[in-house]
Amino acid sequence: MADVIKTATRDAYGKALVELGEKDEKLIVMDADLAAATKTGAFKKAFPERFFDAGIAEANLVGVAAGLATTGHTVFASSFAMFLAGRAFEQVRNTIGYPHLNVKLGATHAGISVGEDGASHQCCEDIALMRTIPGMVIINPADDVEAHAAVLAAAEYEGPVYLRFGRLAVPRFNDPDNYTFEIGKGIKMADGNDVTIIATGLMVNEAMIAKDMLAEEGISARVINIHTIKPIDKDIILEAAKETGALVTAEEHSIIGGLGAAVAEVVCEEYPVPVVKVGVEDKFGASGPAVEMLKIYGLCASNIVEKAKKAISMK
Amino acid sequence: MDAATKKQLQIKACNVRMGVIEGVFNAKSGHPGGSLSVTDILTYLYFEHMNVDPKNPKDENRDRFVLSKGHTAPALYAVLAHKGFFPVSELKNLRKPGAMLQGHPSMKLTPGVDMSTGSLGQGISTAVGMALGGKLDNKDYRVYTVLGDGEIQEGQVWEAAMFASAKGLDNLCAVVDNNNLQIDGSVAEVNSPYPIPEKFRAFGWNVIEIYGHSFDEIDAAFKAAAEFKGKPTAIIAKTVKGQGVSFMEDQCSWHGTAPNAEQYELAMAELQAKLAELEA
Repeated sequence: MADVIKTATRDAYGKALVELGEKDEKLIVMDADLAAATKTGAFKKAFPERFFDAGIAEANLVGVAAGLATTGHTVFASSFAMFLAGRAFEQVRNTIGYPHLNVKLGATHAGISVGEDGASHQCCEDIALMRTIPGMVIINPADDVEAHAAVLAAAEYEGPVYLRFGRLAVPRFNDPDNYTFEIGKGIKMADGNDVTIIATGLMVNEAMIAKDMLAEEGISARVINIHTIKPIDKDIILEAAKETGALVTAEEHSIIGGLGAAVAEVVCEEYPVPVVKVGVEDKFGASGPAVEMLKIYGLCASNIVEKAKKAISMK
Repeated sequence: MDAATKKQLQIKACNVRMGVIEGVFNAKSGHPGGSLSVTDILTYLYFEHMNVDPKNPKDENRDRFVLSKGHTAPALYAVLAHKGFFPVSELKNLRKPGAMLQGHPSMKLTPGVDMSTGSLGQGISTAVGMALGGKLDNKDYRVYTVLGDGEIQEGQVWEAAMFASAKGLDNLCAVVDNNNLQIDGSVAEVNSPYPIPEKFRAFGWNVIEIYGHSFDEIDAAFKAAAEFKGKPTAIIAKTVKGQGVSFMEDQCSWHGTAPNAEQYELAMAELQAKLAELEA
């Protein structure tokens, strides 16, 4: 078996920004004193004259990015998810969302897999917050290949985009030579008839493992990767609801307001089937090694298997 | 400033004040007090100072204006209407369903509005972004923003002030409309922002202090700001909340209250008389 490449999606973000900077001389990147961690540092090194550090001032970061966008620049503004979606929520809503400005929010260190830094930095609420802003596109890539493609697509798109990246190196499962990314389009990773696992971010890889575990028990699971949480791909979800009759969602985010909620909103209005959610239960994170924390918070293939069986039993 | 120009600005300002009262009265809500305190500054900027063209409101070389104290939109709308960005008759539709004139400025709906504002403390950051964009693009446009004196209690204002001076944005000019009153009382009583000039100086700004209802002082300040290099300029303008409508002057209660029919007639009569006097 070939060695699996493991890369954090934030690394792909940094590399993609440099590529974009080479192509578009009006592209600007901003950060809030976290360039080394968010990986915007790569852009800073390549294009120092187009990189601006707001310092530890996320509210102003967002406002300056909005003002720059009105002058015809595409702006990527970065910080940790906690501070960009959390602390600066109202700035994002009022100065980027409401005027629908061309600002891309590159939020790294999302979710429990931040690890040792603990609850204050483990943002499991950002998708829920960003989903409530009209016109906001939310993308949560599953591996570095998808993250890279998502950044390029976000730059092409005219309007606000929230890009969610992780700190932890995660396995690459997409083929960089054959991968195509389309905003708002879910990807069927595997077909199946008994249940559908709808996953996002690093949980897509776990979903694929869960599918194999279920197969061993004679259960045929479909796997769908929802990289764009808003606008969500209703068609692929409704098709899965109709054809498999039971859904499990899997996300490294609170079970309140995230992918699971978005999927439930789609099916309960158009084709009700059981939706069982794998995610961070209604609690704060804690310190510990990332992989261990994912286990402790129930974000593993085995948790998906268990919930898949529950969903099937509810048919 | 010559006497003829000053008189023309005083006449414009009087018309703008009538537009404020007209809008707020018809909407039965809005913020007359702060709109009247900022009227002379906005009138000067749009009719005498800024490079803007109502026929080409998105001209990339235009000067920009951000009303950081977005609740005083009625004054901005009246100025924009009289400048020709849209018909003056639109002022009567302020805050009505489907109107282009929202309760707080929307850049998407209103020609001439350069940034959507309303949530205090945020407009100045966007003005800083516009000024930074101008520097990057080697444009010589200038960016203006007006803040309320209560608004500078918002921490984000000082994040923006720090950033603007650190980047040497001398194409940026922020005005503090220092009418001394906010919703809950005088700014000094509520949570004193004083001394304001010292704070901006400490944040690395060039500071000019004026009386914000004297066109001579306003003119001198904005001209000096435009010539000052290396730092952004803050103009701290002492003003009177409700200026021009005697029963609204220096009254906290007129921050966010619309006049009733009787008060509307009184206010309009006073402004009409002032206009007649100026035009005589």
